[in-house]
Formats: sequence, C-alpha cells, structure tokens
Amino acid sequence: MIETRGLRKSFRSRAGRETKTVEAVRGVDLSVAEGEIFGFLGPNGAGKTTTLRMLATLIEPDGGEATIAGADLRKAPGEVRRRIGYVAQGGSTWDESTAREELVLQARLYDIGKAEAHRRAARALDAFQLSEFADRKCKTYSGGQRRRVEIALGIIHEPKIVFLDEPTTGLDPQSRAHMWDEIRRLRADGMTVFITTHYLDEADALCDRIAIMDHGEVVAEGTPADLKREISGDVVQVGLDTATTPQAAQALDGEPYVKKLETAEEGGLRLYVDEGATAIPQILRRLDQAGLALSSIELHRPSLDDVFLTKTGRSLRES
Amino acid sequence: MKLVRDTWLIFQRQFQLLIRNPVWVFVGVFQPVMYLLLFAPLLKPALRVSTQAEAYKVFVPGLLVLLAIFGGLFQGFGLIAELRAGVIERSRVTPVHRLALLLGRSLRDVVSLIVQAVIITLLALLFDLRVFIGDLLLAYLMLALIALMTSAVSYGVALKVKSEDALAPLMNTVAQPVLLLSGILLPLIYAPGWLQGVAEWNPFAWAVDGTRALFAGDLGNDKVWQGLTIIAVLAALGVFWAARQFARSVR
Repeated sequence: MIETRGLRKSFRSRAGRETKTVEAVRGVDLSVAEGEIFGFLGPNGAGKTTTLRMLATLIEPDGGEATIAGADLRKAPGEVRRRIGYVAQGGSTWDESTAREELVLQARLYDIGKAEAHRRAARALDAFQLSEFADRKCKTYSGGQRRRVEIALGIIHEPKIVFLDEPTTGLDPQSRAHMWDEIRRLRADGMTVFITTHYLDEADALCDRIAIMDHGEVVAEGTPADLKREISGDVVQVGLDTATTPQAAQALDGEPYVKKLETAEEGGLRLYVDEGATAIPQILRRLDQAGLALSSIELHRPSLDDVFLTKTGRSLRES
Repeated sequence: MKLVRDTWLIFQRQFQLLIRNPVWVFVGVFQPVMYLLLFAPLLKPALRVSTQAEAYKVFVPGLLVLLAIFGGLFQGFGLIAELRAGVIERSRVTPVHRLALLLGRSLRDVVSLIVQAVIITLLALLFDLRVFIGDLLLAYLMLALIALMTSAVSYGVALKVKSEDALAPLMNTVAQPVLLLSGILLPLIYAPGWLQGVAEWNPFAWAVDGTRALFAGDLGNDKVWQGLTIIAVLAALGVFWAARQFARSVR
C-alpha cells in the first residue's frame, strides 16, 4: 500500500545570522501492507511528522521516491491526494463551523456531489457518535469529540489509506481507549491505517506492525512481538531460597533454552529465554529433577521501550 | 470548471461564516461614517468649493478606495487564524484547486467591501451626493479590483510570515505611505511638485483619480481607463503570486 525508498527532507533554520541545515528525515525505507495498522514510533522531533507530511503531499521530499496506493508521490501528487486521508496532529476544525458543515464541505472538496456529501456526512456523524451535536459549533465540543470529527473528516471520501498524526495525544484515558476502537474499526472497514505515536503502549496494543524512528532514520521495523523477541526474548524470574539458589543456578546453567542466567538482586534467579511459554515447563521439570523447591515463577516480557533502548542507546521515556 | 466549482465552495463557506457574525457590517461602516460626518464638513471651505455636494464628490470616492485598500490588506489576519486551526492544511490534502483556496476567500472580501461601499454611497446620497449609476458601477469595479489585489497580497504575505505579530506592522508600514501618496484625504493637486512626482508611481493614486473622475461623471477622462488598467494588472499579479503561496507548503 505504501512503499518508500530513501525519502529525505532537510530544513534550513536560521538562528541569528547563521543558517544551519537540519536533516529532519534522512532516507526512510518503508513498506506498509494493505489493511494493516502501521505505527510510526519515536520521540518528539524524530522526523515522524515530517515523513507523514511528505507522504500526504503536504511537503515535497528533497529526494527518494514513494508509491502510495498505487500512485507515484513525486509524479502524481494529485492522484495520491484522492486516495489518502490525512488527520493532522494539531486539529483541523474551525471553531465557528458545525461538524456537519465541515464534513459536507470536506466531501465536496473531493468532488463529491451535494446530495451524496450530505448523505456521507450523516453516515459519518452516526458512525462516530456525533449526531447529537452535529449542528453545534465545533468550539463547544470536548477534546475527544473534536478528534472524532477530525478523523471523520479524514475519511469522508473513503480513502484507501488514512494517515493519523498522533491521534490520541492530549486525550484522557477513556477517550483514548475509545479512539483505539475507532482506529480498529477503520481497519475492519478495509482501510490501511498509518499512525504516528510516542506512546509505547499504544504502538504495542494497536499496531500490527511498527517502525521505530530516531534522528530521522528508521532504526527498527517489524511486528511489536517480533521486535521485542529480537532483542532479548523473555525473562523468567524464579523465586528461590538463598540457600538453594546456587544449586538451582548450577542445575539450569547450560540448559539449551537458557540464553543467559543471572542472580537477581532481590534473590532468586533471572533467566533469559527465547520464548517464556515453552521455557517455563522445562525450567520447572529441571528444578523438580534436582529436588529444589521454588517459591514463585514469573514471566516478564520485554517492552517496546527495551527495544528502543537497544536500538538507540537511550530510553524513549527519557527522550 | 473545477476552479469555478471549488472557488464557489470556498466562497460559500467563507461567506456563511461572515454573515453568521454580522458585527462586521457595523464595524465596517462605522468608521467611514465617522469620516463622512466628522471630517467631510471641513472639506467645503478647505477645498474652496461652493457646495457640500461638490466636496462629497471629491471625498467619497477617496474614502471608498481607502476602505478597499485597508479592508483587503488586513484580511490576512483571519487566514493566520485558519492556519493555526489546521483548516488550510486540511484543505491542502484534498484535490481542491489551489487558486480556489485564494479566490474563494478574496471574493468574499470583495463582496463584503461592495456591501460597505453601497451603504456608504447611500448615506452620501443623503448629503446630496449625486452620481450616475453607470459611472458608479464602474467605480465599484475599480474598488472590487483593488480589494481583490490587496486581500490576495495580504493572504500571500500571511502565508509567508505566519504570525500576526509580523503581519500587523508590515501591513501598517505599507499602508501608510500608500495612503498618503494617493491623495485620498485631500486631492494631490494641492501637493507640491515633488510630491506629485512621487505619487505618480503609486498605483493607488491612479485608482483614486480614476474613481474621482467617475464620481464627477467624467467617463471620458483618461484617468478612468488608466486607473482600471493599472489596478487590473496588479490584481492579476497579486492573485497569481498569492495562489502560488497556497500551492506551496505551509504549516
């Protein structure tokens, strides 16, 4: 659905008399399949929004190429515009207009006839549970309601792909959960969804595949599960008596499924394994054979933050 | 065809928002009326004309041109608010014709200016101003072209500077010499030679002269077609330039 090769963009910024060139995006290669929710994860300033704005025809790339829903970004931006929807980060509704007016206008800007535009607006209002205040001015809406109007605006022309730039930033937890449902519904309707986020849990819970971006480059790409497995697999924490810990360590060291073993500061052992689910029964069996009793066993999955940490050398929460 | 359709869509929306808040009519008319009531009476003795009506024939066209210039130049503020709300970006991801984004807005400004101009002309009629309807319509055409140019330029500059803080001083700096050098308040025939020489390079001075000739019923005066031509060419250039700003990336 989206293929990019070496997409680049730099900006000149002026500080006093000096002009300096900031390479916002330095050669991004992406491939997004039809019908998936693709997440673009990275700290603020990583180049996510710039990449998104290039893909949405809002800024022209300095170099590279991209094909979006079968249309060439550089040669046929007009064609790309017809096939995509884009929902900006900072909002896109006018205080003094009503949701219905905005939706009808937006549909009509896509060359949809008047009657059909009204039909689609009504349908969208219904689908996004906005009918109740469809004819009230946008300035009277809550943050979550307004965001729903904006998403509805982005898909009023039934695009193949919709780009959502940080769709849940600034929403309260409940609206956020609601928004996730809306986004999943878009996928269920057959749309490819491309979102940016700097929330790890959001990328994890919502996205089929993600790309991690840092300093204008994609540093990792894959399904959240693959990415996490790739770095360290799972961690199994075994609770043991201080006395039996050395014996247990001896028993488990060298077992084929144990990649690494260390003594935990809080007592017991920490075992790094590829797949916790298959390792746990084997660990239990081995300890049983050795006649050692354990007080607890816990499985820890690495988070996307661990992935980010391995790939960039710093934590996403810090950056 | 798409251009016409898209322009109409943008115009409709902008106009709808305008009439939803009709305070502008009052604000837009209040100031010129103050000029008519509080400034124009000074003109009969100052211009050494025999009747008040004659003074109005000189003053009202200048006042209308003034309105057209200022009304247009400050439209950019509204656009900056739209930029900030993301409305412009939302339009730019659609296949809407880029020129329509400008023209729809500028034509709304032209229409609101003409409404003001009509109200002021009607009020001036009460003060015994008399003007032929044909001449008047031609004068309105001049005003429309001026407003089209100034509002387009204002939108273009707004897209470039993207901030009210930069736009306000910029527009004031442009507007003030333009105003003084166009003989709007007092005709430039009273000006010393050098000042007249400088004013000849001010297109708005030609527009004011042309509009005055029309109000005087002097359709055959060369100033009429000269003023119209100059302003029409500048309006076309202004629209062309500003439409390019809409097509280029804006944030």
